[in-house]
Amino acid sequence: MDHPTTSTLLSWMTFVPMAGAALILGLLGLRGSGILSKKQVDDASRFIALAGSAVPLLLGIYLYKAFDTASTDVQFVHHFRWIPSYNIEYFMGVDGLSVTLVLLTVLISFIATIASMPWWPGNAHLDDHHFTQRAVPGYMAMLLLLQTGMTGTFCALDMFLFYVFWEIMLLPMYFLIGIWGGSRKEYAAIKFFLYTLTGSVLMLLAIIGLYYNGPQEVVDGQLTHTFNLLKLAQWGRAGGYNMAPAVLGFQFARVAWIGLFIGFAIKIPMFPFHTWLPDAHVEAPTPISVILAGVLLKMGIYGILRFNFALLPQATRWAATAMAVFGAINIVYAAFVCLGQRDLKRMIAYSSVSHMGFCLLGMAAFTQQGIDGAVLNLWTHGLISPMLFLIVGVIYDRAHHRNIEGFGGLAQQVPEYTGLVGLAFFASLGLPGLCGFVSEFTVFLGALPVFKALTIVSATSVVITAAYYLWTMQRMFLGPLNEKYKGLPDVNWRERLTLYPLGALIILFGFYPKPMIDLFEVSLRQLLIPLQ
Amino acid sequence: MLSIGLPHFLVVGAALFALGIVTVVTRRNAVGILMGVELILNAANVNFVAFNHYVDPARLTGQVFSIFVIVLAAAEAAVGLAIVLAIYQTFRTIDVAETDLLRE
Amino acid sequence: MHAPIASGPVHAATVSWLFLIPLFPLLGAAINALAGAAIQKRWGKRANHAIAIGAMVLSCVVAEIAFWTMMSRPAEGRFFENTVWTMWQSGGLIVNLGFFLDPLSMTMTMIVTHVSMVIHVYSVGYMAEEPAYWRFFFWLNLFVFSMLLLVMGSNFAAMFFGWEGVGLCSWGLIGHWYQDLEKAKAAMKAFVVNRIGDFGFIVGLFILFWSLSGVWANDRYVPERGLSGHVKGTVSDAPRVAPGGVKLGPTLDFRELRNQVADESTGMAERLRGMSLWGIPVLALIGIFMFIGATGKSAQIPLYVWLPDAMAGPTPVSALIHAATMVTAGVYLVARLNFIYALSPHAMTVVAVTGAVTALFSATIGFFQYDIKKVLAYSTVSQLGFMFIGVGVGAYWAGIYHLMTHAFFKACLFLGSGSVIMACHHEQDMRKMGGLAKYTPITRWTYLVACITIAGFPIASGFYSKDEILWKAWTAQGLAVPGIGQVIYVIGAIAALGTSFYMFRSYYMTFSGEYRGNQGHGGDHHDDAHGHHGGEPHESPRTMTWVLIALAAASVLASFVGLPMAWTGKAPLFEHWLEPALPAQARVPFAHASHATEYLFQGIGVGVALLGWLVARLLYKDGKSAIPARLKAFFAVEWAIVYNKYYIDEIYDATVVRGSVALGRIAYWIDQNIIDGLVNFFGWLGRSVGYIDAAIDKYVVDGAVNAVADATIGGGRVLRRVQSGQINTYLFGALGGAIVFVIVQYVIR
Repeated sequence: MDHPTTSTLLSWMTFVPMAGAALILGLLGLRGSGILSKKQVDDASRFIALAGSAVPLLLGIYLYKAFDTASTDVQFVHHFRWIPSYNIEYFMGVDGLSVTLVLLTVLISFIATIASMPWWPGNAHLDDHHFTQRAVPGYMAMLLLLQTGMTGTFCALDMFLFYVFWEIMLLPMYFLIGIWGGSRKEYAAIKFFLYTLTGSVLMLLAIIGLYYNGPQEVVDGQLTHTFNLLKLAQWGRAGGYNMAPAVLGFQFARVAWIGLFIGFAIKIPMFPFHTWLPDAHVEAPTPISVILAGVLLKMGIYGILRFNFALLPQATRWAATAMAVFGAINIVYAAFVCLGQRDLKRMIAYSSVSHMGFCLLGMAAFTQQGIDGAVLNLWTHGLISPMLFLIVGVIYDRAHHRNIEGFGGLAQQVPEYTGLVGLAFFASLGLPGLCGFVSEFTVFLGALPVFKALTIVSATSVVITAAYYLWTMQRMFLGPLNEKYKGLPDVNWRERLTLYPLGALIILFGFYPKPMIDLFEVSLRQLLIPLQ
Repeated sequence: MLSIGLPHFLVVGAALFALGIVTVVTRRNAVGILMGVELILNAANVNFVAFNHYVDPARLTGQVFSIFVIVLAAAEAAVGLAIVLAIYQTFRTIDVAETDLLRE
Repeated sequence: MHAPIASGPVHAATVSWLFLIPLFPLLGAAINALAGAAIQKRWGKRANHAIAIGAMVLSCVVAEIAFWTMMSRPAEGRFFENTVWTMWQSGGLIVNLGFFLDPLSMTMTMIVTHVSMVIHVYSVGYMAEEPAYWRFFFWLNLFVFSMLLLVMGSNFAAMFFGWEGVGLCSWGLIGHWYQDLEKAKAAMKAFVVNRIGDFGFIVGLFILFWSLSGVWANDRYVPERGLSGHVKGTVSDAPRVAPGGVKLGPTLDFRELRNQVADESTGMAERLRGMSLWGIPVLALIGIFMFIGATGKSAQIPLYVWLPDAMAGPTPVSALIHAATMVTAGVYLVARLNFIYALSPHAMTVVAVTGAVTALFSATIGFFQYDIKKVLAYSTVSQLGFMFIGVGVGAYWAGIYHLMTHAFFKACLFLGSGSVIMACHHEQDMRKMGGLAKYTPITRWTYLVACITIAGFPIASGFYSKDEILWKAWTAQGLAVPGIGQVIYVIGAIAALGTSFYMFRSYYMTFSGEYRGNQGHGGDHHDDAHGHHGGEPHESPRTMTWVLIALAAASVLASFVGLPMAWTGKAPLFEHWLEPALPAQARVPFAHASHATEYLFQGIGVGVALLGWLVARLLYKDGKSAIPARLKAFFAVEWAIVYNKYYIDEIYDATVVRGSVALGRIAYWIDQNIIDGLVNFFGWLGRSVGYIDAAIDKYVVDGAVNAVADATIGGGRVLRRVQSGQINTYLFGALGGAIVFVIVQYVIR
């Protein structure tokens, strides 16, 4: 078997949270039988959740240090046969692209777990219906399960395993939004679930098609197909899928490409499949929005790179212009929608849609800078967007509404919070010195030579983005203080613990993004070779 | 003079049988039905004896069989009359059209 | 002119301490940001400004060391660079955090550090009663840091960091008193309008970057194979290293760019000239897009509208940012890219014409403003226009010279106005001033010197810089349209006339005659919202007046570096100093004219200044003349239009601003109702199909099952009747069955 196991680190990182979830369910049993009180079980689950997401973070730091950035091969491989009758393997490994996203996942999950803790110090403003107080063990278990799904998706190098982890993410999200969410939580949860599932079904069909049209190898004396992504990438690069039989009169490679793409495009979210996002974000509790924006949205782009780009390069070339057009639409259209928003969280949700358009535009150009910028954008957006949602959470916890025009002059009452908001807003609008600029700049630079007009149109978004953020800042924080909010408390330590690390990273990567880019540049160059 | 052969006896037997059937099927009186049953049995007897005499006179199989039938007829008549008596005691009539408790 | 310097590649010496120059202000800003409020509470405001001014002093010292070091080198050796670290690298794109000093950026650095330092000192007095003292000095230091990044940056990206950084600091400083919503709005306007310019900047940058590699053929970009910078043995159209050792290819670094383009022998300039995009020459596109960036930052038409509103910020801010430093960034950009602009007459023409029109346009608006800061703001826009005329026609050193003199005299004017405003207890309306000459003598004399400078009298430097620009405009030959240089001259001359007029108007209204203010004798008594009721106006403290004196002196002394060749016989010192940094200077063609013609034009310049002064004196000295009021009544409509800035702001608001917001609301409506409507429709469709399926299941499928059961029961009900209880019937049935059996068995066989 090629790629023998070198390290079980990734499996530990993936399954420790799930073990934590199982432990919490055990605790629920103890509570049910009366051995432990509700408060004890709540506190224990919170502790387990923190530990369960801290351990992968620590392992992640080790992973970062031990990762070889110059190698083009996958590292930290954990590989064994799982379901031999279909040649399904348990194949976990990371290359430059996945390691970046794995690091992002463990970081953001940890921050989201901290954000799920009650106020510290003091719980004065939270009542029993607040999501940090209600059905705590279930919440924590779902959160841990979600983390398993996310980490596993990024590490999986077997298509079946990838799909399994992909689906593992859906159910916890549904419950997390549907039970602990806002006023329209059921609608938002079911919309998210069904929409994503529809995409997943198309993806599954494509996966099965890729499986059956892929290369065959001899396993245990039998000739079987394979789900192994690396082998399929080789096959696809050599043009193997071009020989597959046509589907309903269309080339197989293109049909499979579209099936995969729609599944991933829903996740990005790409116009016009984006409408689940504002509802899901607005109704989800803050830490879940953080995870949704920080990690889940990245999976769409990751999937496109890992599947569409790697396995079906010719079809990707065919679809490049369309990808770029939709990317540009995302950028500009969503930016305008932000301008017309009155709900702060909805505005930030749409700004996420807008920023993910950069990834599409950059990827479609097939230049080194374009794709580097796109993946860097995943990282930078993955830092900035969680910070933005945490900020919304701060004000919502205190004022219980998110109407931008219902505030005013808050800077006089909560200056520390205002400073953090300013940092987040300016990072998101791409101020140089904060990491958002680096990725935007690189994407535009990479996309201009290939899509001149589209890039120039997309570049106008810098103005629109500045306009809506500063306008929001002005309506909410500047001017005379709204009498209703005299006495609003400033950020507490729990919120500081989530906001300051992100802020520091944003500034750090604004001036020194090199370590991040070095992580994935070599792998992406490999990816680009058949496309150029 | 006609020679009396087997068919003559069979005709008589058949006529008796038919009369017996008709009696059983159409009579309303329970005793009358029993009488009809006797007729049927006796018709069968006539058949047995006739066949015995004309087909295989050396053996006595048919005649022995008809003795059995007579005995059976007697026993059955006794039982039947006992049943009729019981019916009379229950229904106060021996008109079978009145004894339809087994209907659905 | 003298012989051009050797146009070989420029090599820079590594000077490892250049980064200290921006570092000190950054540290000062960091300290004040993180601990400023606590420091202010514990040790008082003194501590905050000590930190800030200390940082500035250190920065000035290092800059001076760099300057004198540079002076001690020969002309070819005046290039220093200091790359601190590589920020990121992606394929052929390398972005360093690097600093680069050549005579041009050295000049800018000296101006920025020194003028900023004196303005910091001035702020001590001006902002003495400000509660958020620490925040002010934080933003001020951060601003200097960003501005230094801008002027010292060795590549476009580092420069852009500073470019946007100054925009951010401008936002923070204009909105310093953010409790007043109008000021907050002004801050936002500044940032957003600047952003429009930034869009132009980055697009121009990208086009420049890519035009240095690959080929634009038939309006398509044909990249080299392996854009990652690896040339995989394919035939490229230009060698990677030119003869002479110059590295070719896409780069963001200024020095590498200059080496490739300014030196004709590399062939890059030739290639760039031949490229076009959508039918427009690439060089013109680059120049124009970059100029859009410059119009945003330097407040030219059409993006000047933020500058007058920016006067909402404290006066030291207006002086530093909106007069001396930030707004000059656009001029610096064009000068830095002189070798690009010199290759494109179209771009040059656009720059020069825009500068000229802006100069005249905003000068006219300045005629009738009553707020002293607004007058100075429009004056700044106008003077920036002059600078752009200078760099537009190809007289790059002249534009930069005017930048320097303007920094001195405009800062002096603004700070003087700040002094006046403080003296009149925060009154900015000139109609309520007057007669301040006897109350604030130092302010008055420095203000007068600055007015003389800006008007263009030969005793101060403004004359030399402005005259040089206009003379070069008249003799320009490198522009796209023949004769436009002369048109620009005429426009510029009229603008100069206007400048002299409105500046002296402001001088006379403020300082001459009698005091018309709150506690004054006569004049309007308006109900002011200020809580100030001090007595008469008084002079400002020494921290402020000494700065004014210093700046006024600088305005005069700066003349000596710019004395024209017609007077001294050799090139002005400043031009010679800047020459190594401006390789295109020697290549832009100018008409040769005799000294007599030059003296004539200089005379016209002085005459225009005199005329403006005399008219202003006539109309406004001592406030006694009735002519202004009569003229205003006569030309009421025209006056209203000009006074209201030609309603440009209102037009922008109605079209761009409201349009964008409306577009936003429409986009949201589309998203909610059409796209999401589609999604919800599919949801409804799914549910309806579900209901139909349920009905089918209940009535059709289950119905069949139930029908079977019903049939069975019905059948049973019928068949039940066989059980009649009648013995006769049973016997009959038995008989019938037997007959049937017999028939079947024996007959039908």
